[in-house]
Amino acid sequence: MEHLVRFENVGLRYGMGSEVLKDVTFSIAPKSFQFLTGPSGAGKTTLMRLLFLSLRPTRGLITLFGRDVSSLDPDEVAVLRRRIGIVFQDFRLLDHLTTYENVALPLRVLGKEEASYRGEVTELLHWVGLGDRMDVLPPVLSGGEKQRAAIARALIGRPEFLLADEPTGNVDPTLARRLLRLFIELNRTGTSVLLATHDIALMDQYDARRLVIADGRLYVYD
Amino acid sequence: MSTTDTAPANGAPKAAEGAPRPPKARPQTSIVPGATIAGRALVAVVAIMTFLASLTIGAALAVRSTASHWRSDVTREVTIQIRAGDRKLTDAQVQQAAEIARTTPGVTDAHILSTEETGRLLEPWLGAGLDLGDLPVPRVVVVKIAPGAAVDFAKLRRTLSDRIPTASLDDHRLWSRRLGAMAEGVVLTGVVLLVLVGLATILSVVFATRAAVATNRAVVEVLHFVGARDGFIAAQFQRHFLKIGAQGGVIGGCAAALLFGAIVGLPRFGLVGDPEDPTFLGWLNPGIWGFVGIAGAVLVVALATALTSRITVYRTLRTIQ
Ligand SMILES: Nc1ncnc2c1ncn2[C@@H]1O[C@H](COP(=O)(O)OP(=O)(O)O)[C@@H](O)[C@H]1O
Ligand SMILES: [Mg+2]
Repeated sequence: MEHLVRFENVGLRYGMGSEVLKDVTFSIAPKSFQFLTGPSGAGKTTLMRLLFLSLRPTRGLITLFGRDVSSLDPDEVAVLRRRIGIVFQDFRLLDHLTTYENVALPLRVLGKEEASYRGEVTELLHWVGLGDRMDVLPPVLSGGEKQRAAIARALIGRPEFLLADEPTGNVDPTLARRLLRLFIELNRTGTSVLLATHDIALMDQYDARRLVIADGRLYVYD
Repeated sequence: MSTTDTAPANGAPKAAEGAPRPPKARPQTSIVPGATIAGRALVAVVAIMTFLASLTIGAALAVRSTASHWRSDVTREVTIQIRAGDRKLTDAQVQQAAEIARTTPGVTDAHILSTEETGRLLEPWLGAGLDLGDLPVPRVVVVKIAPGAAVDFAKLRRTLSDRIPTASLDDHRLWSRRLGAMAEGVVLTGVVLLVLVGLATILSVVFATRAAVATNRAVVEVLHFVGARDGFIAAQFQRHFLKIGAQGGVIGGCAAALLFGAIVGLPRFGLVGDPEDPTFLGWLNPGIWGFVGIAGAVLVVALATALTSRITVYRTLRTIQ
């Protein structure tokens, strides 16, 4: 597989509004690391939603893992999403499930027995520093803890492609630096990472490819 | 976060502090919280609907079995009436009629009602102590038929009217036919009622499921994003609805069974008058098949509730991909 993702002349508008993204063309290689940046409201989250098939483009072609996304049925979408890890800007943790259960959710929806993945989930929770917060419900967690739980949930399925939407937006600079290191380490083990952020200081800490959205167009700086 | 320096193997971290817990099944919180489903209200609706369906099934079966019981009762006995005339002549005619009846195949007995017996039959209408000799009361021969025997009533009627012009045969056929038609009517009405009750139940479940999916939209979205298939999501809802259907069904079915049980059982304990009293509800005994039917209704309601919610979730999911 040459590209993990390929966008060709993709355009997107919400409802009857003007185009949020215009003629976007780029590709993401396997095992690559890139920042996605642009001012607030530029369309970073919109681009992310296109990438995990929560939105369909109003025009243009998106190829994901070699498949044209417009040809997928709902079950195929589900199967493709299992290869992608997503960290939402607003975490999207389920408040009635414990931290442990939230992180284990991607394995649970595969129909796996709880006993079969408990060790793995517990280990990952310790690794992100939530070892003693496993049985706590998300409303009790601090912003940084929620962020780490959301990241752990995105990682538990060993995705080939990790999408993180402003994962350092809610944490202090020290934790932000640590999270960035975490993503870099993850990338070194073979996962492609797309990290959306409008934090210039964060990007200056790591020399990587940058995808910049401005006025609805996407510019690539290799 | 002090261990972030150790790289995970493609997302799987190396051993960190704290050994993995021993694999012992721990209770899993249900993904769709039960509290978000209008469970109580739906249990009540399902219970009421099952109760109505069970009443319908029980009553229809009771009416059918009672009617067929009565029909076989009335058709096991026919009567020959002979208009009153000259006393001696009438006596001879009555004897002759009884003789004709006795020689007819399928007839087990022909009993001539004595004047006293006739008087007793008429007592409720005419009062006691009346000399029937003064009245032109017809004489009656009660003919008993062997169970299941097909007596040729047409021939018997012809023979009688040939030999005794004043004789008439009443084989209760009209009565029997009317009873049969009534029983069929009741059963048909019951079927229509069952269909309506079923539709109302399904509609209630559809609305409750739609509401549950709408309430849990955020949960559904997260499930989609982590790669859950629609079938998995539908199963999370279906689990709750199967429970609701089973609870409501059992409550409604038990209530109906208790009601019928009381109707059948109370007179045996002498709590309600005389069981032979025709005004008593004993004819409403649905029989063993009635109770089997009620159990069947409970099962069907529980499964239909689960299936309906599953299909509804599927359809709703298509709209929020
Ligand atoms: N669901 C939506 N419906 C309509 N407009 C939207 C929706 N989501 C985002 N937008 C608009 O699209 C533009 C890009 O938003 P977004 O992708 O969230 O930007 P970013 O993540 O870079 O801050 C904004 O102008 C925003 O108002
Ligand atoms: Mg955003």
